[in-house]
Amino acid sequence: MADLALPETPAKTQTWRQGDVIFRWLSRGCAFVVPALIGGIFLALLIYSLPAIKKFGVGFLVSPEWNPVTQEFGAASSIFGTVVSTLIAMLLAVPLSLAIAFFLVELAPPAVSRVVGTLIELLAAIPSIIFGMWGLFVFAPFLQAHVQPWLASTLGFLPLFQGPPMGIGIMSAGIILAFMILPFICAIARDVFLLVPRTIRESAFGMGATTWEVMYKVMIPYGLVGLIGAVFLGLGRALGETMAITFVIGNSHRISASLFAAGNSIASTLANEFAEATEPMYVSSLIALGLVLFLITYLVQILAQVLLRRLYRSWSAGL
Amino acid sequence: MDQGDSQHMKKLIWLAMITVVTLALAAGAQAQSLTLNGAGASFPYPLYSQWAHKYHELTGAKINYQSIGSGGGIAQIKAKTVDFGASDEPLKVEDLDQAGLVQFPMVVGGVVPVVNVAGIAAGQIKFTGDLLAQIFMGKIAKWNDPAIKNLNPGLNLPDLNITIVHRADGSGTTWLFTHYLGLSSPEWQAKVGVGKSVKWPAPNSVGGKGNEGVASYVKKVAGAVGYVEYAYALQNQMSFAVLKNRAGNFVTPSIESFQAACANADWQNAPGYYIVLNDQPGDQSWPITGATYILVHKQQADAAKAKGVMKFFDWCYKHGAEMAQKLDYVPLPAKVVELVQATWAKEIKADGQPVWP
Repeated sequence: MADLALPETPAKTQTWRQGDVIFRWLSRGCAFVVPALIGGIFLALLIYSLPAIKKFGVGFLVSPEWNPVTQEFGAASSIFGTVVSTLIAMLLAVPLSLAIAFFLVELAPPAVSRVVGTLIELLAAIPSIIFGMWGLFVFAPFLQAHVQPWLASTLGFLPLFQGPPMGIGIMSAGIILAFMILPFICAIARDVFLLVPRTIRESAFGMGATTWEVMYKVMIPYGLVGLIGAVFLGLGRALGETMAITFVIGNSHRISASLFAAGNSIASTLANEFAEATEPMYVSSLIALGLVLFLITYLVQILAQVLLRRLYRSWSAGL
Repeated sequence: MDQGDSQHMKKLIWLAMITVVTLALAAGAQAQSLTLNGAGASFPYPLYSQWAHKYHELTGAKINYQSIGSGGGIAQIKAKTVDFGASDEPLKVEDLDQAGLVQFPMVVGGVVPVVNVAGIAAGQIKFTGDLLAQIFMGKIAKWNDPAIKNLNPGLNLPDLNITIVHRADGSGTTWLFTHYLGLSSPEWQAKVGVGKSVKWPAPNSVGGKGNEGVASYVKKVAGAVGYVEYAYALQNQMSFAVLKNRAGNFVTPSIESFQAACANADWQNAPGYYIVLNDQPGDQSWPITGATYILVHKQQADAAKAKGVMKFFDWCYKHGAEMAQKLDYVPLPAKVVELVQATWAKEIKADGQPVWP
């Protein structure tokens, strides 16, 4: 055994070991920065929002009142706007991006697939303020002149499409959000579809499945875990989006059944009102709104993790 | 030979770099001694930055002004992180005394109602304060409402919903406008109140960010009515309204009508210059007018800096009027400037000595 021992170079091994130890501690320290940051932000939000929490209690979450003059604050209208605009965005963006991704992977000629794929990635690189300006100056007037009057005349019996068409409002905010999260969902969905083995796809086609059946019954179930991850990534981004929403949502503290009406989101309220809020209760209520957004986003991520883990167990064929 | 040349070249480049760096440092050191920092209201920002630029050209003193909003300006001057603060809303005398601050008006501006109704040009539609309050409360919801028609018999007012456009961000403009509505309508005062942001009661209302946000919403939405600083109404060629003033005249917003409101106000008997220029007497006074204020500490730690600040504002009062008017701001009347400078001499001190003159 002794013959087989490696020639010893004690000094060098020593420095290597030392390097390892330093590296281990360094990477450990870096990893701890993240939980420390999250914990710190959460604590700061909690401490600064305490006055508002003490004064309004749970009522803060359900009260639609937002009156800086009487110092009465409630988060309901902001939560409502955040949830509804995100919902519209998800309803539009998820099917659209799955369809685009499927087209790029399965149907498009390689040259088209490459060009369109790159363009979609470029869409993700457009700063959100550009979306906001485009939304305000181009898209909202288009909605006002062409889309909303048509919706009002055909589906106007629904409370969703009543009221004067202004262009700006919850509806345009939701649609702009859909444009913004589409590239994120689409890019991941494309990668997920690409990972479905050719043999599986081709055997489905070989059994006489239509293109629709291949997408619906083979590609989507196979990549479901990855697709859900993509959807939640888009959802997280939609919940916190600020600038673009502020431009087009109409910034009105009101809960309305109509999608044409102006509303607000938590992020847009913060962006609008923080700079000039001087009274302590006003500031505290705004920070409490921030805390609510923090918790919503956090819950969504936890939900995503739980869902993914469950699916991962039950779909052994999954990615 | 080649190598020698390149060596020589290298030396020259080094020398040049060292010279440049030394010069830059020297210039930096010189400028540093004369740098003044201010922060606050965004409404006067275009003017303050132009004044600062011109003043820098003339004297070499550097003035940095950050337009972070009146609330931020007040907070920063209280924390002494800036040499002067700026606010659109005057502080009350108690607040001034508590924080050890002096406040004085710098320039005056007007807020004008703007409308977007097809066929109605600038200066055509007439409002009274009470009518405006009823519209902004949502009690008058259509443009062809009898209340508007009676006041404007010559106009062809359509059967169109009124959309209220207000500021989404907290703003001195909103404060001035709601203060005017409160003066004109007891109901507004009781139900909505006065503030930099309020709960807008009309069901059909949207909020735009900044004057430019309100201006663009009013231009985009047919049937909209909003309020913006005069300069924005002019620059965006919007249809502004004429308003009935205290003397009972319908006046058009203009530099002259803002100046009239400012000149007719009783500055002499307003402690801390706390005066709202809304609804002032005078035949030509525009009823929604307000001054924007500068805040400085009474006890100054650095006499040279304090003197620098006072000199700058003195220059603005004496030589800045033309630049102000070019940007659609109203310079203060000479009478008011005299009062302000008397206040400086009396109240602003460094080491127990008056800083001004």
